[in-house]
Amino acid sequence: MSGILASDPGTHTLTKQRGYWRDLDWILLIAAMATTIFGSMLVWSASRADMASDSDPQSYLKRHLINVVVGIALGWVASRLDYRWLRAYTPFIYGASVFLLLMPFLPGLGTTIAGARAWIDLPGGLTLQPSEFAKVAVILMMAVLLSEKRDIESEPRDRDVLMAFGVAVLPILIILVQNDTGTVLILGSVALSIIAVSGARTRWVIGLIGGAVVGVLLAIQLGLLKEYQVQRLTSFINPTEDVTSAAYNANQARIAIGGGGWTGYGLFEGPQTQGKFVPVNESDFIYTVVGEELGFIGSAVLIALLAIILWRAVMIAFRADDMFGRLVATGIVAWLAFQMFENIGMSLGIMPITGIPLPLVSAGGTSMMATWVAVGLLQNVRLHAVRAGA
Amino acid sequence: MSERSNLRLLVLAVLVVSLLGTLVARSFYLQVMEGAEYRAIAQNNTVREVAEPAVRGLVLDQAGRPLIANRTTVVVTVDRQVLAQQPNDGAGVLNRLSRILDEPRDRIEDRLKSCGTEGAKPPPVCWNGSTYQPVPVASDVDTQTALSIMERRREFPGVTAKLEAVREYPAPFNANAAHMLGYLGPVTEEQLDEQGDTTAYDRLRRTDVVGRTGLERQYDDVLRGKPGITTLAVDTAGNVTGVLEEQDPKAGDYLVTSIDARLQAVVEQQLVNAIRRAQNQGYRGKSGAAVVVEVDTGRVLAMASYPTYDPSIWIGGVTKKQYKQLINDESLSSNAYQGQFAPGSTFKAISTAAAGKDNFDLYGIYPCPSRVKVGGTTFRNYESKPYGPISLTRALEVSCNTVFYDIARRMWQKAGGPDADVTASDPIAETAATFGLGSKTGIDLPGEAPGRIASREFKFDNWEARKDTWCRNAEEGYPETRKTDPKLADYYTALDRENCTDGYQWRAGDALNAAIGQGDTTVTPLQMAMVYAAIANGGTLYQPQIAKGLLSADGQTVEEFDPIPVRKVEVPKSAIRFLRKSLPGVTTDGSGKTPFLGFPLDKIPVASKTGSAQVTGDKASTSWFASYAPANDPKYAIVMMVTEGGTGSKTSGPSVRKIYEALFGVKGTRVNPRDSVLVGGAPQADLPVVREDGTPVTPKGKGSGVPDVRAAGSSS
Repeated sequence: MSGILASDPGTHTLTKQRGYWRDLDWILLIAAMATTIFGSMLVWSASRADMASDSDPQSYLKRHLINVVVGIALGWVASRLDYRWLRAYTPFIYGASVFLLLMPFLPGLGTTIAGARAWIDLPGGLTLQPSEFAKVAVILMMAVLLSEKRDIESEPRDRDVLMAFGVAVLPILIILVQNDTGTVLILGSVALSIIAVSGARTRWVIGLIGGAVVGVLLAIQLGLLKEYQVQRLTSFINPTEDVTSAAYNANQARIAIGGGGWTGYGLFEGPQTQGKFVPVNESDFIYTVVGEELGFIGSAVLIALLAIILWRAVMIAFRADDMFGRLVATGIVAWLAFQMFENIGMSLGIMPITGIPLPLVSAGGTSMMATWVAVGLLQNVRLHAVRAGA
Repeated sequence: MSERSNLRLLVLAVLVVSLLGTLVARSFYLQVMEGAEYRAIAQNNTVREVAEPAVRGLVLDQAGRPLIANRTTVVVTVDRQVLAQQPNDGAGVLNRLSRILDEPRDRIEDRLKSCGTEGAKPPPVCWNGSTYQPVPVASDVDTQTALSIMERRREFPGVTAKLEAVREYPAPFNANAAHMLGYLGPVTEEQLDEQGDTTAYDRLRRTDVVGRTGLERQYDDVLRGKPGITTLAVDTAGNVTGVLEEQDPKAGDYLVTSIDARLQAVVEQQLVNAIRRAQNQGYRGKSGAAVVVEVDTGRVLAMASYPTYDPSIWIGGVTKKQYKQLINDESLSSNAYQGQFAPGSTFKAISTAAAGKDNFDLYGIYPCPSRVKVGGTTFRNYESKPYGPISLTRALEVSCNTVFYDIARRMWQKAGGPDADVTASDPIAETAATFGLGSKTGIDLPGEAPGRIASREFKFDNWEARKDTWCRNAEEGYPETRKTDPKLADYYTALDRENCTDGYQWRAGDALNAAIGQGDTTVTPLQMAMVYAAIANGGTLYQPQIAKGLLSADGQTVEEFDPIPVRKVEVPKSAIRFLRKSLPGVTTDGSGKTPFLGFPLDKIPVASKTGSAQVTGDKASTSWFASYAPANDPKYAIVMMVTEGGTGSKTSGPSVRKIYEALFGVKGTRVNPRDSVLVGGAPQADLPVVREDGTPVTPKGKGSGVPDVRAAGSSS
């Protein structure tokens, strides 16, 4: 690779970095790897029953593992991208991702799964979820806008904050139209976190929080949310009321997790999991698989792995040697943390049911790739800081 | 970087920690704190049981003859799961099935509906079982139809014809025994509630058939056996994903009874004969009962009740019309242990024992005038016949009421007369109680009646319960009756006024009536049989038993039931001795003489006591004949009773004699045990043999009772 590596941001994307392997955050890498392997096991268990009648019961797992390999490769690339290149090309990445977000609206390309119009059909039966890439793009774009043209100690100008806000709002609106409420909540949290950590004036932070609350209330009040959206969002409050719809899923999920006890039924042995009682348990409800089959101990191990990843990400954000790196890391922390909480929380019946995957664990190629890109970006920020001798 | 940025990053970090902490805490709560509860729910979610009932045990008589057996019938079942997968939900299959079974399609569809679902008919039409169990839609299907269904499987997906066991009553010697045997019915909601929230695999299930009355109910647990249970794992769609556990059914035990089918047939026939005899005398002969017990064990050898019914009416469910008929006939309950009747003079044995207990001279001389006057009321002898001063033995022989009136009056006075306390001594009531009257005998049949002993206590309790009504009626003076019949109204009012003010008083008249088995005392014929058995065996009151033992379906002895002595009756031995000496005289020289004329009493002395109990409202008295034999070495006690039947001697006596003849093998004046209806001349000492394949070894030839050998007793 060394031959093509140079410092010209316009022509070369990968930088030669001495001590790359030495300076990597190994704890982060190992934790992310372990989580991915753990998750693949759960995906295998969850998909076995569905695939039992197929010629190859392992076909789902194989597809998942391909996604994992592609994801890790993308992550490796993301970790080696040169900062300057990244900053320079971020607007294109952002633009491309907004275009991808709009693609499902083009006739013949979109697929609706579980009420959310957010997949792009690809040849060979594959689908792509552009909102996953939008998370990376929004984080990068906001970080670029809020870290440019200023002294590191001063607060960002109102104009920059406003632009950064707009950068987040555009995809949020598109995704809202696609009924992907989970992603909207996560993007909102990401945007808020980045703006807050950028050092923006306190009134911005308070104003944004207040605006978000008022917005949600208004949406419900004015009937902008369709009934099933409200139902999906509120069914977790009283899950025993209705056993047929959204509440049925919440109920079955809790029965599966609760039944696991301390140690669970054992992998592949969970009756709720293997009996297909919990819907989409290879993705949205993947936590029910670990909960039922590996019990509280298995669940705690999984949450501990996720906690290590977040801990390393927070440390990288703290130790970043410039505002761009810090904001990228911050955005990733907010993204992963809220997505984990929303995903596991809905299985546990303390969060509304929305269709989002558990990062690094759930099946779903786009999510797997996007998360590994995020891990790569975290490594990138760390390497940058180490090299700067911070 | 700015302080503000660091601080806000720190806030984000804290937020992240608290979010993760929340998840761990919530997981802990669901999995560890409430885990057991959720695990139970998950279990219900994913596990289904299919129960296959065990073959029910047979009920055998003491010689091994089946009283209740099983026969196989061809049942056509439909698997609704398979049916639902057919085009149009299996409409075509149902049409074809309707045609081949010659049953309207609606009827089949009604059978297929689960109870409680929309449009389902009430049980037993609707299906009460599991969704995973094939539903029987037709039974007693002929083999040809069954075969053609099985041959054309492709036209009948989900339809199966299989053999199933149903109850059958072989009725050896035409013995009916319906009340003792009982019948089966679907398990009731109460029974299901009663067993609570059990998960035991042998628990009652909604599809179960259980004994509803008689022995079928009493010994339901052992007869039913243990069901075969297949535990299936299923997924959300109800598809079976695996077999978790398979438990084979265990056939129910065989119940061996002390009943002898051949004797039972004789007793039933003789009871009918007694009824006919009453009717030939111009009486109504409404109902009757007869009981034969072994005096040394309390085992019931035969027990009959009239009217009776055909027990096979219950197989496959009784129709509304049939049930109404049964109720109207009053044939559903057994007069032998559920009917309560005034015992009349058969009670005098108890009064005699009471006299002995109260230190009367049993060998003294007592006056037997035609009437006595007590408190302004005249109490007469039966048919007003005076016998002068006679011994107590003679008083029993001729059934002299006035002798017992005198004894009762003296007891009553000694206790304090009308002002005596409720708890004052009453030797007659006490003796009745120690002989088991007024309480259930404890026979192994459900629904037994306790009878009642007339006493101070009973009268006081009765007054407590009814005085308010009496006093109110006395006050109001029967205005309704007064409109049409002022005289009757006056009579009622006076009666109620008296009852209201001193209806609790145990008067001399009450005491006198009680001494001769009249008034408020009622007994079941079974109770009376146990009384005479106790006298016969020297004073041991037994708990009557029908069950003799249990055999497993492959012939192993599971349990043998020993006789159950209740108590030694609390009367002086001398009194029992006196009765045993005196009662044979009733048959030789007293009221029991006529029916036993020509009977070889020298070889088989019979102790007896007749009774003709007056019942208010009945035109004829209740005919009683209580007895045991041989009097010198008692083996059997027999009691027969016919309501509105006339005298004991004319109506019941001759039938009791015929039963003794059958028991002992009496032909003319010859006694040959080989002519006895009992194989070997006596009840079997051991339980009958059941072969390993479950077929019982029954007596050969004439003693087998199958096919249709007429009962020996009916030949006379």
